[in-house]
Amino acid sequence: MFYRENGQFKTSYSSDQQIFGITQDRWFVLGVMAFAAFVVPFIVDEYIFRAILIPFLILSLAALGVNILVGYCGQISLGSGAFMAVGAYAAYNFFVRIEGMPVILCLLLGGVFSTLVGVLFGIPSLRVRGLYLAIATLAAQFFCDWAFSRVKWFTNDSSSGSVSVSGFDVFGVSIDSPVAKYWFCLGFLIVFAALAKNLVRSAVGREWMAIRDMDVAAAVIGIRPMYAKLSAFAVSSFIIGVAGGLWGFVHLGSWEPAAFSVDRSFQLLFMVILGGMGSVMGSFMGAAFIVILPIVINIVLPELGGLVGWQVSTAAVTHAENMIFGALIVWFLIVEPHGLARLWSIGKQKLRLWPFPH
Amino acid sequence: MGFFLETLLGGLMTGMLYSLVALGFVLIFKASGVFNFAQGAMVLFAALAMARFAEWIPKITGIEGALFGNVAGFVCATIVMFVLAWVIEKMVLRHLVNQEGTTLLMATLGITYFLEGAGQTIFGSDIYKIDVGMPKDPVTILESVFSGGILINKEDLIAALIAAFLVALLSLFFQKTATGRALRAVADDHQAAQSIGIPLNRIWVIVWCVAGITALVAGIIWGSKLGVQFSLSTVAMRALPVVILGGLTSVPGAIIGGLIIGVGEKLSEIYLGPMVGGGIEIWFAYVLALVFLLFRPQGLFGEKIIDRV
Repeated sequence: MFYRENGQFKTSYSSDQQIFGITQDRWFVLGVMAFAAFVVPFIVDEYIFRAILIPFLILSLAALGVNILVGYCGQISLGSGAFMAVGAYAAYNFFVRIEGMPVILCLLLGGVFSTLVGVLFGIPSLRVRGLYLAIATLAAQFFCDWAFSRVKWFTNDSSSGSVSVSGFDVFGVSIDSPVAKYWFCLGFLIVFAALAKNLVRSAVGREWMAIRDMDVAAAVIGIRPMYAKLSAFAVSSFIIGVAGGLWGFVHLGSWEPAAFSVDRSFQLLFMVILGGMGSVMGSFMGAAFIVILPIVINIVLPELGGLVGWQVSTAAVTHAENMIFGALIVWFLIVEPHGLARLWSIGKQKLRLWPFPH
Repeated sequence: MGFFLETLLGGLMTGMLYSLVALGFVLIFKASGVFNFAQGAMVLFAALAMARFAEWIPKITGIEGALFGNVAGFVCATIVMFVLAWVIEKMVLRHLVNQEGTTLLMATLGITYFLEGAGQTIFGSDIYKIDVGMPKDPVTILESVFSGGILINKEDLIAALIAAFLVALLSLFFQKTATGRALRAVADDHQAAQSIGIPLNRIWVIVWCVAGITALVAGIIWGSKLGVQFSLSTVAMRALPVVILGGLTSVPGAIIGGLIIGVGEKLSEIYLGPMVGGGIEIWFAYVLALVFLLFRPQGLFGEKIIDRV
């Protein structure tokens, strides 16, 4: 009843080209952003910031990067964790080695280095594709795991192998409290999401999608596969690298290479698949799902056990968490292989016809 | 020279074990187009089942003797793997027919998580031992040719022989039996196979059973070498480069790929490792496979990929 585009006429090219063509959508997204920025910080407590909101923001940024590569360009990558690690460690080295380097610049430079590594490991995609490529990208993962734990230079010769960053500020504001961290990450996410959204609906984005749908046909109509694939690798690993920097600097504070292990790569891929391939919205939904699910299982399971009189040990909870997580993923893939984003668009379609669906 | 040969042989024997895990990947991929990431978890699950049943059954029945325990454990673990194959086909694969490769890959990742959780919930999460009586002492051979001879681990040698035997058995099964022919038909073309009356669902169950058995054998061998514990599931990660090197669709590829990776790993660790700080085994295999792929994108023996618009 309220969700109609009736009477909203486009009178200029710019209004025809805008991201959210329907006025209600536009207001909804602006409303969500305003709510996230100005209301959420005052109504939730510190635990939720630390356990849910900040990981959610950073991981959805990373998932966005993965989605550009996997969802839009169709190149499956299992090396995302490595690109996050490159971003984090490069940013760390800029931060410690150069006095007075602004943090934002460090993070962006981390992204640049991640881009370089991403393009390097993207080169095999010109020859191999599909599952072969997925496994080939694992090379990046294991190589980076090894490099960051064995080569002392990357960790600034720290004796324990872990590095830590603390007490940095942005434009004179200290990023210390959970709220400040939250705002910092939210700012990054909004800027990058807007950039990514515009990129995927521009000429570059259309090239990626053409390559994804059928690369031989795309090459025939004059799209350069090398340029398209490597640019997807570059953009995607830049975003993932920045997310990795944020994960290290803001969320963890101090970290080891294990923070960016192959499990992280799988996790990011899960987010993209469950959220919806080839959808910016899907990256957020997938990230929310994957971040919140283990926490819910962790809280609910001991209580359920308590109801029937079982004492559930932490080890049992971890195993049960794995089982439920695995089963849910399989179930989800069976009922909705196109991800949460598809549910969202079906819902929107229904809403447009509501209350008279015929 | 003796030392080089020793490394080489060690690599070949490790490679045989990689091939065993890789074989599980190839079997399932050939028959159903599913890249089964859960192979590692299946190895862990099978090994856990074997270790625990071998311990439980003598306790319940009161019959002593290592042989009886092992045989009973093996039989029970086989049954467990068969049931598992049936359940996976019934609950997962049947509903995901005609989905994209990525979706299926993710589904097997889901199965991986489930199996890791389930295995440790049912069978416990400590380190267990599988003792099938493999000799642990090394032997020296070819003493007349080299001074000092070549030191060989007997356990590795037997494991490699078992692996080779299993591979031979499997290729006989594939080439000579009616079921094997049906499996090859399904691998060739699903629809054509179905149209001449081969029941796809049953074939898939059989394939997963066979993969389950290779997982069990791999689990027993790796388990008696390293002990049955969670890290066993990472063996799959070591076997992945083997699969892409040999080609996802080729059984001989899995074996030769395994040998190349095994030898490459060992030689690189010994001769290249000290230069860059050691521990390069794990990524060297991947890089080696990657370099091969740049020249032959379908792997050494994979079917040639022909693109048509």
